[in-house]
Order: sequence, then structure tokens, then C-alpha cells
Amino acid sequence: MTEFNALERALRSPASERGDAPPDLVPAAAAASLLDVAYATLDSPVGTLLLATTPTGLVRIAYLDAGDQDAVLQDLAVRVSPRVLAAPRRLDQPRRELDEYFAGRRSTFELALDWQLTGGFGRRVLQATAQIPYGSVSTYQDVAAQAGSPRGSRAAGNALGANPLPIVVPCHRVIYSGGGLGGYTGGVGRKRVLLGVETGQGSLSLK
Amino acid sequence: MRLPPFQTLLDAHGRDVHRFLVASVGRVDADDCYQETWLAALRAYPRIEDPSNLRSWIFTVAHHKAIDLQRSRARRAVPVSEPPENGRPAATDSQSALHSRSDLWAHVRRLPEKQRTALALRFLADAGYAEISTVMGTSQAAARRNVHEGLKRLRSEYQP
Repeated sequence: MTEFNALERALRSPASERGDAPPDLVPAAAAASLLDVAYATLDSPVGTLLLATTPTGLVRIAYLDAGDQDAVLQDLAVRVSPRVLAAPRRLDQPRRELDEYFAGRRSTFELALDWQLTGGFGRRVLQATAQIPYGSVSTYQDVAAQAGSPRGSRAAGNALGANPLPIVVPCHRVIYSGGGLGGYTGGVGRKRVLLGVETGQGSLSLK
Repeated sequence: MRLPPFQTLLDAHGRDVHRFLVASVGRVDADDCYQETWLAALRAYPRIEDPSNLRSWIFTVAHHKAIDLQRSRARRAVPVSEPPENGRPAATDSQSALHSRSDLWAHVRRLPEKQRTALALRFLADAGYAEISTVMGTSQAAARRNVHEGLKRLRSEYQP
């Protein structure tokens, strides 16, 4: 007599109906215009980066310190769209350009950007910052003035600290007028590394 | 309440949904059914108001996709997809049959739809009776009955 529980065990057995991995959802989701946010990670000299893109362009670069990934993705789900999928292939171009940048072989990015996580004065500050050439620096006062508020250097500092697209929008090129490095969204050690990359002192360490 | 990034659902439930669909519609159609399930879920996702039970929600979508497929099969009336007249495969030794899991699930696929779905949810997706009743839109008593009847019938086929 086959007992129920023998049958249940067999049905439950780890091998039951296993086998083929489920198919990849990304191509079909993109084809149906249902992939609002695609993301991938990238290892770099300033640590692991999370990159996210919308159909408009790159929307977020985040420094991932331990345990940050869930928080970054949740923030994107709330602020952009909950249709967030891991889709590394859709970030091939930004990943390649960032690799080239860190290797000292690229001085400008040719990436479409999605500015939707910025607004108002902050967006103007960041767009002014995007004009600072590779390898040179500007001051908080200058970018505030460029954004239309010459006395707004403190607000400019806040806007740069909230930069959703660090590295590509080079807030690391903004320093104090006295010459001090100032703060940085991913910690000032990373700011030093990025400036080192651009001035040819390539592999300054994080500390 | 805020919705988690969709990838979280896919990571947590993708494999279970796929196994459920393999059991419901068979391996050949499972991949298409899986894609349709997740695309439908992705389409509806931003409008979800209560994200407290997303797992039951995604299995409900999968269940509906499986039913759709079975209906369209019935309309096409493809003879090979019909179960044998008495729903009973060729007699085999019960122990070796039990050990041959794909054979076991082939039996499950010949059960009536409600029993088959209930067994797949119970044993492949590890669902409780409350979840089975939510997904299938029945009472918990009916969910329990479907599992029980399915097991009974499955057992009788191994022990004619």
C-alpha cells in the first residue's frame, strides 16, 4: 500500500520537475516597453557601482557600500518606477565607457542621461557641473553662479551631494575656492581617486 | 504601501512559478506560459495597491495563464494532448513509478484541473491551504479537498 506521505514525499522531492532554468524575461519585457528601469553593477577602482538606465538614458549611478543595493533599488522603485529588472546587457555602453574612463582612456562620456531625479536649482547646478572639462576643477561659488545664484554656494554643495549621476556628472571636479577638496557623495577618498585618474596620477588608493 | 523593485519578486518566486507551470501545462508550453505570466504581472504591477501578498498574486496570474492555455488547447482539440480514456497509464510497478518523478508528474497532469493545480501549488510551490484557496479562488475547505482528492486519485493509479 502506498502511503499518502510516501506519495507526498515523492511529489515534494527536490528533484521533482526541476531541471531547466526559467527563460530570461528581459528581452520580452523590453520589447513590450515594460522595462522602466534596467540595472547592473560594475567593479571599479572606487568600489562597486550600481548603474541604472531608463529608456531615456542613464538615470542613476550609486556607490555600493555594504548592503546598499536593496536601498538604492527601492529608492528607484519609488522615485522612477517599480518595474525594475536586472538587465546587465542593457548597460553595456555605460559600463564600457566607465571602464575606459578609469583606465585613463576616456575623457568625455557619450551617454544619454535621464535627469528626472534632479529638479530646479539642483538640476541647474548639476548641468553647470557637467560642463567642467576633464582634468580641471571649479568651485562651489562658480557652479552656483552658473546656475543663476551667485550667493548659493551652500545650496550648490547640497545639490552636488545629492548628485544621482556621480562620475558622469563630475561633481568631483567642484572644490572649495581656497583649494580644499570639499565633500563628496561617496566619501572624499573617492573624490581624490577620481581627480587622480584625471590628472594622470592614476592609481592613488582610496585612503 | 510601497512596492518593492520587481526584480525582488522574480528572484524570490521565479523558479517556483516555473516549476508550477511545468506541472500545470507541461514542459513544452511552460516557458511561453512563464513569459506571459511575468509580462502580465509586470504590466499590472505599478497599479497594485496592497503589496502584502505578492507571492499569492503572482501565482494567481500564473494559474490564470495556465487555464487560458488549457482552454485554447481544448478549442484546438489536439488529440495527443488529451488524457487516455480512463486517465490511467500503462501499469507499472508502484515503487519504481514513485521513483520516476517525471512519470509521477505526468500522472498529476492527467488529473482534473483543480486537483492538478492544487497539488502543484502544494508540493512544488510549498503553498499552504490558505494560499491555494487565494490563488484558485476557492474556500480553504475546497483547497484541502482538492489536494486530498488529487492524492487519493494519484495513489489509486499507482495501486490499481
